[in-house]
Formats: sequence, structure tokens, C-alpha cells
Amino acid sequence: MRFTLYRFNPETDSEPYMKDYELLNIEPGTMLRDALLRIKNEQDESLSFRHSCGEGVCGSDGMNINGKNGLACVTSVDSLKEPVTIRPLPGMPVIRDLIIDMTQFFTQYHVVKPWLIVKDPIPDVELKQTPEQRDKLDGLYECILCGCCSMSCPSFWWNPDKFLGPAALLQSWRFLADSRDQATEERLEALEGPYKLFRCHSIMNCVDVCPKQLNPTKAIGNIKKLMLKNMV
Amino acid sequence: MNISTRKFDTLVIGAGGAGLRASLQLSLADATVAVISKVFPTRSHTVAAQGGMNAALGNVSSDHWHWHMYDTVKGSDYLGDQDAIEYMCRAAPETIIELEHYGVPFSRLENGSIYQRPFGGQSQNFGGDQAARTCAAADRTGHAMLHSLYQQNIKAKTHFFDEFFAIDFIKNEKGLILGAIAVDIETNEKLIIEAKTVLIATGGAGQLFRTNTNASINTGDGMAMALRADIPLQDMEFFQFHPTGIAGKGMLITEGVRGEGGYLVNCEGERFMERYAPHAKDLASRDVVSRAIAIEIREGRGCGPNKDYVMLKLDHLGSEVIKKRLPGIRDTSMTFMGVDPIEEAIPVFPTAHYTMGGIPTNRYGQVVVPVGTGSEEVIPGLYAAGECACASVHGANRLGGNSLLDIVVFGRAAGNHIIDYLKENPHHKALPEDCADSILKRLERWEKPTDSSEKSYTIPELKAELQQVMEENCGVFRTEEVLEKGVIAVKEIKAKLKKAKMSDYSNVFNTARIEALELENLVEIGLATVISALARKESRGAHSRMDYEERDDINWMKHSLYFMENNALTFKPVRSKPMTVESFPPKVRVY
Repeated sequence: MRFTLYRFNPETDSEPYMKDYELLNIEPGTMLRDALLRIKNEQDESLSFRHSCGEGVCGSDGMNINGKNGLACVTSVDSLKEPVTIRPLPGMPVIRDLIIDMTQFFTQYHVVKPWLIVKDPIPDVELKQTPEQRDKLDGLYECILCGCCSMSCPSFWWNPDKFLGPAALLQSWRFLADSRDQATEERLEALEGPYKLFRCHSIMNCVDVCPKQLNPTKAIGNIKKLMLKNMV
Repeated sequence: MNISTRKFDTLVIGAGGAGLRASLQLSLADATVAVISKVFPTRSHTVAAQGGMNAALGNVSSDHWHWHMYDTVKGSDYLGDQDAIEYMCRAAPETIIELEHYGVPFSRLENGSIYQRPFGGQSQNFGGDQAARTCAAADRTGHAMLHSLYQQNIKAKTHFFDEFFAIDFIKNEKGLILGAIAVDIETNEKLIIEAKTVLIATGGAGQLFRTNTNASINTGDGMAMALRADIPLQDMEFFQFHPTGIAGKGMLITEGVRGEGGYLVNCEGERFMERYAPHAKDLASRDVVSRAIAIEIREGRGCGPNKDYVMLKLDHLGSEVIKKRLPGIRDTSMTFMGVDPIEEAIPVFPTAHYTMGGIPTNRYGQVVVPVGTGSEEVIPGLYAAGECACASVHGANRLGGNSLLDIVVFGRAAGNHIIDYLKENPHHKALPEDCADSILKRLERWEKPTDSSEKSYTIPELKAELQQVMEENCGVFRTEEVLEKGVIAVKEIKAKLKKAKMSDYSNVFNTARIEALELENLVEIGLATVISALARKESRGAHSRMDYEERDDINWMKHSLYFMENNALTFKPVRSKPMTVESFPPKVRVY
């Protein structure tokens, strides 16, 4: 199977380049992460990429796979057209090879205050939540912060410092939707203005690429609806 | 010394559940805390924990912390320290309520309280009916916990050093730990972090085995740092094999599947656990279920063309339960096996999962070592919590749902003890002038190529060899002969590693260098494991010797301590006396 991989080491390369590799005897069902590890272990130790859990829960190995963002560890090579072209997630500075600098992504995550805010005195038992209220968090809390969504979003590419991006906004809605959270007004106020929330143009690339099948566009729509409701 | 230095009250190494629970406690108390982690915190392996966390809340079945304690002592095959177990089980309910207040999205019952499911080895009333004690957020409890803890730490302004790899502790001539040297993975620059107190929370070493449920980062780094600082590792022979890893691949399928009503069948379609554990059946302790599966396969009742796995059946639970309570493992099963568990059974096999042993601590998280005639002398200012530590609450076999509990209970306990310690010890101790020298010397060989023409080895080939040796020689069933071979083989790998070379010595985000350092750590943990296993001539919990089939309480109800120097082993007694209640004396263990 043929692969063409984005390579760049700032110590030795003046500019990035694509390099071809070939792997023989790939078993059916091999995941892309394992194929890349074989390339690294058998052919070229200098190939660098992040990875860890190998089952799509840690969010380390987001990359651009044949033009589409995804996690290498849950992408079977069977489904990929050759040569399999792998680039780093687009839109952020590249540190080396497939490793990007995600600082801006995490900064925007912090901006939405992704933690539960409770203003009432805290009881000595759990804050009660009905199964129906808890159901509202499904499809939101499962985010693994891999960055596939924000790094597929043209609005985020253009304004990564001003537009919060789909991942951060999904988290914003995760807390707005939580029946235990008591900071709705501040959270909504903090999203006002032309950029933070409203740069989303419902392009829906984020929905298309999310490896956990989450729907940031819908979450953003829900935030907008809630804003409108609170205004009238 | 041209290395930059940063000073904090506390250095926490590792950003999984234990590290983040401790750092949160400290940040909330206005201590300055540095958390260093070789991956971004939410990539830590706590994220992969599925089934849940035990606490005797009694939301679903009648429950009491004392029953939880009994189950844990029995589960440990009486090797657990009963004071630490009492502490953990008593603290469990309040600890989980705190987590809920931090935002963890637990699944809920109709009355709005936290959902609890049955798990293996749990009983009501000291061995009676099955209890439902495991608090769960669907089958993504670890993910939910880790993200909430990270979020609370951002709020509390904990200082994170993301993608920094800890190399070794800095010690003074009195043996006190004054901080650590770490390397910034992005630049390969070294950094000294000076601290009045250090907490090791680096997790387990599942990468020792070829097929495992663990992330590639689980290489026992903190445990190896302890060994190099002359601190022993306790009970390393006890390694848990989870009964239900996906056959041949290793991804974890939570015990929660059996908690929700799933069960194991062999090639004859027989629900074989009824023979091995007539009362608890599929919810017997993990060591018992793993051995049963291994025996079924050995006796020819495995499934598939090679008869080398058994089936985990859950299609009878119905799609609603599976989608609601077990969505994560359904995904995993479909992704890696092409099997939708709503329709078909999942092929499973016992898979390396959890390091019961680790850095010896007391119930405050303080690291304790033998000094003179005392077997548990505190090293002031040094703490360990979570899978890298051995308190010991798991003894010879950990109960499912007690790991997430262990990390938050002892992460918090260590944090609280550190807060007190800092009041008594408000100043940094002076760093010895040459404190970094020997550490940097150890690193030198990975900094630039050497020109020797001697036969050399690569890191990936040696890692694969180590994993193969451990799987073949230190697995579910063990004998003297096989373990002796294992000791020799791991020693050989250690010798080969001294000659290993990299092909890339560049500085920027060189993952090959980190893997070399990880393998140096892993080999030491492998040696500790196989040497401790060879020494223990009995069967207890996860350590199953075919040549010594019985538990031997007269000679072996004791903890082993492995020292790196001369590969020496010593032993210390089990702390059988609880804090306030009567001790549970050893009994024959049946489920």
C-alpha cells in the first residue's frame, strides 16, 4: 500500500515536502495509526506524530487523511484510496511532521469557561438531575478535544483568535444545556459580538469530520436560539 | 549548570485522575502547583476508563461502606492493607459527590440521583446478594471524570507543563527528593523543577505486554524513576488481566457489559462461569474470570477457527440498554471487529490491563520505604497516588470500579497531606551544586549518535521483544521454569538496550527519543515484575502459579519489595489492622 506523508523538521528542512512510503503485507482492518507506526518502526524513525490510546478516546492523533480530518487510530486503511495522503490538521502552525501547535485551539476552549458554575450553596448530596435533563448532555460531553472540527472550519482558519470555533462552542453549549449550571446569562453575554459565536456560517464541515459523531453546528444553533429567546 | 529552573510548592508528575485531583486540592488551597505531563492532560489514560467508580451510595441496592471494604479485602485475596482499604471505602461516597459537584455528567436514576450498576466482586452484607455500587457516566466514566477534573484545574489556575517528559528526581545527600528534571518534548530543552513536595502520579505499565488494553503512553515512567532513586516497588508480580479485551487486539470491553446482564459463553454455547463461580457467575472477581476463560480455551472449548477466544454475549439486553448504557463499547466493537453487539456476541480474551503493584505508600499517599528495622519509614515530602502507587488497596487483585475510586481518593488524600506538610516546611531546601550531573550523564547517549560499529538494536525491535517475553513468560498462568526463562530474557533485553541506537537525533518533537527513554523505564518495570513473580511460590489473586496452586498464608501473606540495586527482594507484613473496625481474616475465596 502506498502512502505519501507530509514531512517537515524545522531543524533540517527549509520547507515542508511530501514523502512516499510503501508498506507490504498489510492485514485487512489495519488502522491508519498502526500503518504509520509500521512506517516509523520499520522504515523511518524520524516520522513524528502524536498518538496514545489507539481507540479514539484520547484525541491525540487527529490528522488530515486524504483531504479529510480524522483520527488515525479509528480509520481503517481498507477504506482509503491510494496513495494515502496524510497531512497535519490544517490551519495551525506545524511543529514537526504531523504535529501541530494546538495552543490557539486550547486558548479558545478556555475562553468559554468549560466548567460547571453553581451559585446556590452546594448541598452535601449530588445536585439532582432527571434522566431527561441528563439526556441533553449526550452528544456534547463526549468531545475528546482532538481538534478535527475546528481545524476543518474555514471561519476558524480565518479568525482563530477571534472566532471560538466549533469545539469550544460545543463545550459552551454542553454547560448551557446542563440543568445544574447557573451561569446562563454570563455565558451568553460573553459570546456576543460579531466574531466569537457569529462567525459560524453553518458550513458544517465540523459535523462531517467529527470522529465521535457529535454535531457542533447544531450546538451553535442552539446557543443562537437561546440568545434570541433571552432577548425577547 | 545551564539549565533553567522553576520553583513551585508542589510538583505533580502526571495529569491523569490522581494527579489532577491532587493538583486541584492544592490549587484551591493556594499552593503553587506545577503539573507536568508527557501528553496534553485530557489524553491521559484515565480517559479510557469505562465502567465506573465504586461508592456505597446505596442509590440502587442497599449498601454500606463496610460491605465495600469486605469485598475489596476479599478481592485483594487478603493482600490488601486493611487500613488503606477502610479509608478508601469510607471516603468513596463523599469523593464521588464532590466529583458530581465538579460537573461530572453521571448517568441518572428516575429520582435524579447518580446511576449505579452491578460490577464484579460486589456484594451486600459481607458476601450476600450482588450489590450495584458502581457509579457510571454511561460507559465513558473515565473520560467524564478526567475532563471535569481538568476543567476544574483550569478554573483553579493550576500551572501545566504540557508535553514535558520527567526524567529523574533530584535528591540531596540525605535522600530527600527536591524536585525533578524534565525535558520539553517540543524543544528537547531540559528544565529543573524545584519543589518542596513531589507527587508521582504517572499511571501503570500495561505496555509491558504485547496485547494490552492500555495506551501507548503507559510505560511506568514514575515507577522507574522511583527505582532509580533507590525506592523499591511493591507487589509487582500482581498484574491484572482483564477478562474481556477484544480477542487478538486488546481494546477494553467494560465489565459493565456483564454488570448490565451480559455473559460469557464457550464454543458449546455454555455459560461456563456457572461452573467456576456458582454464586456470582460472570460477576466474579477479574482474576477468577480470566483464569476460567484461559482454562476453557486450554481444554479446547474456545471459539473461532483456532479456538482461541470466548464470546461475550449481550444482544439479549436489547438495543435500548446498549445504546443508553454501553454506547462506547458498541462503537469500539463495530470499529475494530465489525461486530454490532446489538446483534452478535463479541470475541474476547484475557488482556493485560492493570498494575496492582507500585511505589509503596501509606494511606496519606506518603511514600514509605524500609529503613533499618522499620519496614515503612516515610520519605518526607514525597508522595505517590494512582496506578503507579501501591497503598495497597488492591493487593493481589483489583476489583473493577476501584481504580477510578483509588485515583481520586488518594489523589485528594495526598493533596491534603501536602497542604499540611507545606505549613510545617515552608521553604525550599538547597539544591546540591551537582544535582543534575548524573541525570544528564544518563541522557547523553540519546543526545547524539555514537560512532561505535558494534552490533546495535533499534528501540521498536527491543520493545516488541520485551512485550513478547512478558506475554509468554509472565502471563495468566506461571511456573518456575517459564519465569526463570523470563528473568534471563528480560535481563538480555536490558543488556541489548545499552547498545541500542536511534537513527534520528534531532531536537524538535523527537518522539523516537521519548520512546527510547520510555523503553528504558519499561525494561526496569519488566524486571521488577518477572523477578517478583519468580520469588512468590504460591497462587494468590492475579498471580497464579501452576506449580504452587494454593494460597499460602503462613509463608506468603506479605508484600514483596523489589529494589533495582542487585535486583534484590525483601518483604514486609500486610497491614491487616483496619482504622476502626475488626480485621477481616483470610478465608477461602469463593464467588
